[in-house]
Amino acid sequence: MEYEEQKQLIVDTLKKKEKTKSKWYFSDLAKILDLKPREAKKIVTKMVEEEVLVFWSSGSTSMYGLKGAGKQSAAEHEEG
Amino acid sequence: MAKNKTPLLDQLESGPWPSFVSDMKQQAEARAKNENNVEYQIPVDVVDDLLGVLELSYVDGETHWKHGGIVGVFGYGGGVIGRYCDQPEMFPGVAHFHTMRVAQPGGKFYKTDYLRQLCDLWDFRGSGLTNMHGSTGDIILLGTTTPQLEEIFFELTHKMDQDLGGSGSNLRTPADCIGQARCEWACYDTQDLCYQLTIDYQDELHRPAFPYKFKFKFDGCPNCCVASIARADMAFVGTWKDDIRIDQDAVKAYVEGDVKPNGNAHAGRDWGPFDIAKEVLDLCPTECMRYENGKLEINNRECVRCMHCINVMPRALRPGVHGGLSILVGAKAPILDGAQMGSLLIPFVEVNKESGYEEIKNVIEPIWDWWMEEGKNRERLGELMKRKGFQALLEAVGVDAMPQHVSEPRHNPYIFWKEEEVPGGFEMDINAFRKRHLR
Repeated sequence: MEYEEQKQLIVDTLKKKEKTKSKWYFSDLAKILDLKPREAKKIVTKMVEEEVLVFWSSGSTSMYGLKGAGKQSAAEHEEG
Repeated sequence: MAKNKTPLLDQLESGPWPSFVSDMKQQAEARAKNENNVEYQIPVDVVDDLLGVLELSYVDGETHWKHGGIVGVFGYGGGVIGRYCDQPEMFPGVAHFHTMRVAQPGGKFYKTDYLRQLCDLWDFRGSGLTNMHGSTGDIILLGTTTPQLEEIFFELTHKMDQDLGGSGSNLRTPADCIGQARCEWACYDTQDLCYQLTIDYQDELHRPAFPYKFKFKFDGCPNCCVASIARADMAFVGTWKDDIRIDQDAVKAYVEGDVKPNGNAHAGRDWGPFDIAKEVLDLCPTECMRYENGKLEINNRECVRCMHCINVMPRALRPGVHGGLSILVGAKAPILDGAQMGSLLIPFVEVNKESGYEEIKNVIEPIWDWWMEEGKNRERLGELMKRKGFQALLEAVGVDAMPQHVSEPRHNPYIFWKEEEVPGGFEMDINAFRKRHLR
């Protein structure tokens, strides 16, 4: 699968569940892509660089979300 | 006059120990006075409001911090931890109160001008409150607002040659002891290995893709001054392959009282004359030492590197010259299943700068691959090892089981063999069997 298709796959999957789930573990994304972690990381990192995905961190655990998705952005007076 | 009344926090100052409350009040006052005319980039009363929100938490018996957040510097998934107060109108100074982690210098060697620069930056763009050092070992800058993050990151990287540390599901800021810079016991160059792996594993440090946190720690000798064996998912503990070096004249000097034991660390009280049998030989866990006719002998094959004899008689005994390190894996603090110490995986590996530490990386990377594929979300390596068994770890790393992996004889008599481990496999010639065993 080409990068653009992989990106679309993640965006579509995350959007479909946006109302109930805004934060995803890295392993969830690897599962969506059906790739080994190292390969999936390259795609996910690129999507963060393109600002399609954002990191979320509790301090101890990191997760990923679509930029602007979820309550967090609004609640924290963040843009986007 | 304090902005918020804090009767419960004030009580904490009444104990016999130094109090963080006093430190915070001092900082709140210093910011209000602003004797150095700093153009504060975040609210002047940030520390007052921090005291206020903490007092409120004590009154309510619950936290007023939200859980995590989406902050960071561009491209980094770690190093910044979003902290937001859930009472921003009551305490606007801490509406945003993000933490930044800064990679500490190797062995925590600072120059005062470095510290001054760091503190000036933090007074200017943050609360001025620091935590030196966090349990991971890094420099923790407490409390700033979102717009300041990139500015601070620029200053750190461009003017101080300094990077952010790790947080979240990342490789955390690797930590080391002072090593060969000042310590004669260091069996390898901890600072070089720590630095090199930090540089080589930048992707793991800054872009989270692990199931949970992962810590490297480097101890130059088995004294384990950074407690890697108890705290690091992967501990690199210096050791030696040959014999403990003995200076017999110096041993005699200890016995005759000419040199004080333990580097004279117990000088505060008269403990009587030094007794080598009571203070060294009888305390050797494997009883592998003897002192006869003025000569100390060590059965080095039995030595378990407890370091006791070397610590007591540092002038007489030194680690061997053939240094390297042992790798232990799976230590963690007690969130799930209680605290866990590291398990020995590699008893000895050469520390080879010239090869770019290839031999060590050949252990690290398969472990990461295994943990990334098999680990559940928020499962530490030590927990995965427990769930899957040490054997699964050995297979993942490609290391054969060896006596050093065994801490005690088996109390479980069952051994599960795989077909490839059994000579001839599981297939057998039934006719040959029946010749020996009648139906």
